[in-house]
Amino acid sequence: MAVAATTKTGARPSWAGRRPPAPAWVGTVPFLAYVAVFLLWPTGIVVVDALKNPNGAWAFSNISELGNPLVRGYFVGSFKLCLLSSAAGAVFGAILAYAVASGDPDGLIRRLYIAVSGVLAQFGGVTLAFAFLVTIGPVGLLFHASWYFDFPWGIGLIYTYFQIPLMVLVFLPAIDGLKVQWREASENLGSSSWQYWRYVGGPLLAPAFLGAALLLFANALSAFATIQAWENQIAYIVPQQISTAMSSEVGLSSVNVASLLALGLVIMVAVVMTIYALLQRRAARWLR
Amino acid sequence: MAAITSVGETPIVGPAQRPRGMQAGRRRRLNAFRYVVFTVFGAFFLLPLLAMLRFSLEGAKLGTWSLSAWRQIASYQGSGIPPLLSSIEITLELAVITCAVMLVLLVPTMVWVQLRVRWLARTIEILCLLPLTIPSIVLVVGLGEIYVRIQRFSLSALMLFWVYVILALPYAYRALAAGLSGIDVKTLSEAARSLGASWFTVIVRVIAPNMRQGILNAVLLTWSLVLGEFTIAYLLLYTNLQVELYSISRNTPNAGVLFSTSFAALLFAFVLLMILSYVGRARRGRG
Repeated sequence: MAVAATTKTGARPSWAGRRPPAPAWVGTVPFLAYVAVFLLWPTGIVVVDALKNPNGAWAFSNISELGNPLVRGYFVGSFKLCLLSSAAGAVFGAILAYAVASGDPDGLIRRLYIAVSGVLAQFGGVTLAFAFLVTIGPVGLLFHASWYFDFPWGIGLIYTYFQIPLMVLVFLPAIDGLKVQWREASENLGSSSWQYWRYVGGPLLAPAFLGAALLLFANALSAFATIQAWENQIAYIVPQQISTAMSSEVGLSSVNVASLLALGLVIMVAVVMTIYALLQRRAARWLR
Repeated sequence: MAAITSVGETPIVGPAQRPRGMQAGRRRRLNAFRYVVFTVFGAFFLLPLLAMLRFSLEGAKLGTWSLSAWRQIASYQGSGIPPLLSSIEITLELAVITCAVMLVLLVPTMVWVQLRVRWLARTIEILCLLPLTIPSIVLVVGLGEIYVRIQRFSLSALMLFWVYVILALPYAYRALAAGLSGIDVKTLSEAARSLGASWFTVIVRVIAPNMRQGILNAVLLTWSLVLGEFTIAYLLLYTNLQVELYSISRNTPNAGVLFSTSFAALLFAFVLLMILSYVGRARRGRG
């Protein structure tokens, strides 16, 4: 059949006489259009609004508002909270990841911890604040922590609840990448456990660890639901202030506050994620 | 979690089976360390959940037990906010719509790009992963203008699916990419095409069934994302499940129904993820 068709039309392209077919990239237009409308356009609006004054004229001087002490306070708050929760999350998460990785690779414990981590890493919502409220909050069953509503300690503890599982998910592949032979080799050369971690395991894992910690940092930067449900009277961090600015529309001088803060936040996330990507590339050199 | 540790795990695997390059003494110390770690972290993760469960079973008088908070899920109605059940319904519908749109948008595009427009592959990947660096709190600031236009056609909270698809892109993309990399798309599609299949048939009846696992993963991840979404719905003034819970907690803090609903939602997410982990294992086992 195919042969017959070929001889009939000869060397002519099969679409001869008809409209030529559209180039292949046309098939991706629906996707590209969707992303353009619902991702690129809103992002563009944020950037443009941040750099314009309410009259619609360009005002690059808006950027200097990020240095305004009030605005800076929210960024400092965000930085404190993210640093605290990502440092604690990274250290404890790494310990837990090592404990998980050193067990049976097909064991129930490992499967359970990975599945639970998958759920809890996504659990940074309103419900998480409820859960801690009834554990150590004013109505806590376990105890009533007097520092529950302190910033950043109370909320930092709550954040570690989703940071540790995320660390486990991100860091586990790196620990799995440590080859048994390296351990054997160092033991054959008479090294102690401390020496192995100091001179072999530690340096090998360091880029992956730092990268994962940065990912946690970016993750905490954009979290909003938990802290909003924890305490919504006072705005401590940038996302909260964006929310306030969006709903009140009265703000600093004459600037689109929400857009400006959002731009600042996205720059912060972008910087962190770039360093993360670089570190991951460095980490991938050994850990395959 | 401590209980599970002692039941499920066989900690000391015979040295012949899994040597791990370690002496017996160190192995023993390592196992002690592991049990301590699992117990401590297990307690840290479990206690808030147990506290939530206990509060959901609190009776009218403090210290008594009752199922009323669980029964209330079906009937709870706070003052000035939609009934709880309606927001649960909306959220589940949103999850279904978001998954459907995500699959229709992403699967054909990814297959098409792999087959015919390889030079666009990198662009598509970057676009899909971009939402990771543009947090939803930023996206929502720019979305206001777009949603004003959408609201001229429909005021329903279901319209949130437009942006939820974007939020799901990074997770869905990675799941689907993993699924696609496991099959020989080119050979499959050439075979189907030479037998006279249309492109629609190739994608729906040849490629898609072969990447079932990737599609399932993408769907489950999208589900759990939609069920937990708060920021965008809250700031665009829509009521989904999370916003509803938030509003209830502002009106009546410590309402039992908060804890029963939250716990149920969490359990649901856990079951989804467990399915994911088990199905993944079963497939690997066969392959």
